Order: sequence, then structure tokens, then C-alpha cells
Amino acid sequence: MTATLFRRAEVPTLPAPEAPPTPGAPKARPGLGRPLGVGLVGLWLSLIVLLPLAALTVTSFEQGWSGFWDAVTAPVALASLRVTVLVSVVVALVNAVMGTLIAWVLVRDDFRGKRFVDALIDLPFALPTIVASIVLLALYGPNSPIGIHLNATRPGLLVALAFVTLPFVVRSVQPVLIEADREVEEAAASLGASGWTTFRRIVLPTLAPALISGTGLSFARAIGEYGSVVLIGGNIPRRTQVASQYIQQQIEIDRPVNAAAVSVALLAIAFVTLFVLRLLASRSQRREEASA
Amino acid sequence: MRTSTGTRLTLRTVALAYLFALIAVPIGVILWRTFGEGVGAFVDSIRTPAAISALNLSLLIVAIVVPLNVVFGVATALALVRGSFRGRGLLQAVVDLPFAVSPIVVGVSLILLWGVDGWFGGLDHLGIRVIFGLPGMVLATIFVTLPFVVREVEPVLHEIGTDQEQAAATLGASSAQTLWRITLPAIRWGLTYGVVLTIARSLGEFGAVIMVSSGFPGVSQTLTLLVHSRYIDDHNTYGAYAAATLLMGLAVVTLLLMTVLDRKRSTT
Repeated sequence: MTATLFRRAEVPTLPAPEAPPTPGAPKARPGLGRPLGVGLVGLWLSLIVLLPLAALTVTSFEQGWSGFWDAVTAPVALASLRVTVLVSVVVALVNAVMGTLIAWVLVRDDFRGKRFVDALIDLPFALPTIVASIVLLALYGPNSPIGIHLNATRPGLLVALAFVTLPFVVRSVQPVLIEADREVEEAAASLGASGWTTFRRIVLPTLAPALISGTGLSFARAIGEYGSVVLIGGNIPRRTQVASQYIQQQIEIDRPVNAAAVSVALLAIAFVTLFVLRLLASRSQRREEASA
Repeated sequence: MRTSTGTRLTLRTVALAYLFALIAVPIGVILWRTFGEGVGAFVDSIRTPAAISALNLSLLIVAIVVPLNVVFGVATALALVRGSFRGRGLLQAVVDLPFAVSPIVVGVSLILLWGVDGWFGGLDHLGIRVIFGLPGMVLATIFVTLPFVVREVEPVLHEIGTDQEQAAATLGASSAQTLWRITLPAIRWGLTYGVVLTIARSLGEFGAVIMVSSGFPGVSQTLTLLVHSRYIDDHNTYGAYAAATLLMGLAVVTLLLMTVLDRKRSTT
């Protein structure tokens, strides 16, 4: 079942299952459930995740709110954020259309080599991002055997990001499509609905929650991406430089406050995206429960 | 949904064309470029001293990161599933946090915490070099791989419940015995799956590691940094292709392992 590979860990399923404590669990369970274990875990997570992010946030406001604002709105910084969001939105939309189409073909169509194509979908998650960069350069770079040169262009960024985010929509739509009730579709067709009408009115509403979550996740992934765009993007300020490249450059020229401020801006965009996704997911879940 | 043969063939063609242009053909080209000059050239290219040292460093990082992630990942999952304490929701959120953070931002955060001018910069005066040293690369890798073991073990712990553990405790087993003889065997496939994901991501991490590494060939380059520096600094395109092919081979092995494990997990 390659269809489920990576889903659990790589793609955080939305809504995040807020696990209720095991019913009837004894309060003082032997082992690590006890306060000592919790304290240790908390300490570990603080040291690894929270303290670094705290240092980042504090540094970004080292020169007050105005210092933060100046750093984020510096023309080149702002341009890099704009390029990042623009390209990521386009990539997310491309994913929404192509991902749904690919999922549909994988579920409803049948042809030789389908299993191979299905396995291919997981490859971008398994490949290191720098390998994605090299792989795409081999075809679309300076020595392109087919004469397409995308390096240091925005289409180059698009291709790189589309590569690394490909699995998100496919893998979230695919299982829903497998489960979808086909009798309703048959009924619509027998009542005279065209294929397109059936898709728009029957299939698409069923897919919507999964489609939105997959699209949103690919957007969130795209805005932070570095490895896959570092070689093909060209890093041209105001043209193809994305936020992560700007941040890296600011660290290199020893402007930690600028780097931290743009990092915090990038984090804020990612958090807002994930928060909206979670809201939408819990709303559609509630609606589903109400109709069930 | 009834679709005409024409529509079906069109959709199939579009989907396959997209996948071929985006994934299959680029990978084909790189394999052809790598092995076009014979397997010998490929082997030579990944056996240079710099390449071997990069492979060793990548494996060393994996060897440090995996045990830490296993111990703390299982402990975190146990705390999340079995513990009842205030702030569990917060703990859940923190575990997912690394998924939302750009690798570059991870690197910057670590520099601002552990770097010479950072909060813990004092360590540097004591002679402990974290940033631009191995500890920094390990910290960066742990940050990005932190959720894997937790998120794989958590659902299994939910599923198995506490009956067996309670029975063992009633029969007089110590908590260490219960953990070792009951809990760990029950979660072994979920744990293994999490470890495979951790290894794959550790070998492949680039952005977070390049920020905190000094990047000297033969000293502080991992495999991914080697690909980058061969392409950018040395203009050794062939060498970059060869190193990328090596990493790709490791990724394919990971995928195969995961397919096998997935089957195993669903049958046991």
C-alpha cells in the first residue's frame, strides 16, 4: 500500500487528532508517564525546539518594534517575501489542479504501470531537497539536453517547488476518492448530468476538505523551502531571491537582526496558514458529524 | 462518475505528462549523466577522500541522532498518550512545530542560541564549539526529525491500551521490566517506521545543516553539503551528479524499507 506511505508523519493530517486520554488509564502508570518523565520530556523539547525559537524571536525585536518593522520592510527583504508568497500561491494552485487530476487518474483509471506511477508520487518526499535541485538542473539547467533553460528564473522556482510539494494534494485526495460513494455519481449521471457537472456538484464537494488541506500544506511547505531552490533559483534580489535565501544572506553578512526579523515573518505566515487549515478542518468535521 | 473514453485518456495523458516532465525525465537524465561514463567513473567519484569523509559524517550524525530520538521520542509519546497533566495540548503543538519551521529558520535560531554571540555563547569561551561544529549539525538534525518517532509511536500506544501493562504490574513486574517486556515489543514496528523516517531525513537534511556547518571539504561536509559544494564551489558538475545519485540510491532503499514495514505493521 504505497498510497499510505509518508502520510502519517510527513503530512500532518488535519484535523490533528486531539487524543483523549486512554479511558480508565490509571493515574500513576508505571514508567515514563509519571511527572519525572513529563519533566524530562519538557526539558528536552525546550532545549531542542523552544529555546532556539525564543532566541530568534527575542533577537528580532532587539531594536524594538520599529527595528523589527524596518528589517521586514527593507525593500529587498520585502521583495523576497513577496516573491516567496507569490510563487508559493501559484505552486499551491498548480498542486490543487494537478494533484486532484493525478489522484483521480490513480484511483479511477486503470493502465499498465499504474503501480509504478503511484510509487513515483512518494519520491519527492524521500529525496533530499538538494538532490531535487540537482535533478531539475540536469534537465532544465544550463546544460539542458532539451534546450529549456529555467535556472535563475521564476518558472525555475515554480518547477522546483512543484517537485517537492507534489505528494501533498495527491496523497490527501487519493484516500477520499477511494472511499467516495460512487452510487451518488451514478445517480447524477442517470439524471442526465454531464461528467463535468457530476464532478463539480458531487465529487468536488466531497473532496473539498482534503483538497484544501493538501493545498494549504503545500503552500506552507513552499514558503520555507530552501534546498530545492538554492541551485536553480539564482538568488537574484528582487527577482528570484526567496525569503529563506535572503535570511541566509543576512546571516552571512552578519546582520542577525534582519535575518531574525524576516524569519519571524516567515514563521508567522506559516502559523497563520496552518491555523486557518485547522479551523477549516474542525468546521468541516463538525458539519460531517452533524449530518451523520 | 461516468467518463467517456476520450476524457479518460486525456486526463491520463495530462497526469502522466506532468509526472514525466517533473519527476521521471529529470531523474532519468541525471542517471544517464552519472552512469553514461561507466560505473567506474561513478565509483571513483564517490570514493574520493572528501566524499568518503562526507558519507562518514552523515552516518555519524545519524548514529547520534537516532538513539536520542528513540529515547526521547518514545518518552514523549508515552507522556502524550498515558500522562494526564496540564499543558498536554501545548506539548502536542510543540511536537508538530518543526514541520512548520523552514530549515533555514532552524539554522538561524540555533545560531542565535548557541553561536558565539548567542544566549549560550559562553560555551564557546569554555572551548565547546557548537555552531560550526558537529554539535550544531546534530542539534539541527534533531530539530527537523523530532516529530517522526513521536508521531509514529503515539497511535500504536493508543491502540494497545494499558491492559497488558497493568497485568504485568499486578504480577509484580517493575516499571522497567514492563517497559522492556511489554510496551517496547508492542510498539516495535511503529518505532522502526519512525526510525527509518528519521534516518532518511537526517541523511537528506540540507538547509538547517548548511547554516550551522563550517563546510570544509573532508572535515565538516555531509553528503548533501558535498553535492552543493561540488556544484557551486568546484564547478564539478559530474561529481555533484554522482553524489546526488548516491543519495538518491539511499532514498530508494528507504522507500523500499517503508513499503515492507508498512505491510508488516498492517499484518501484526
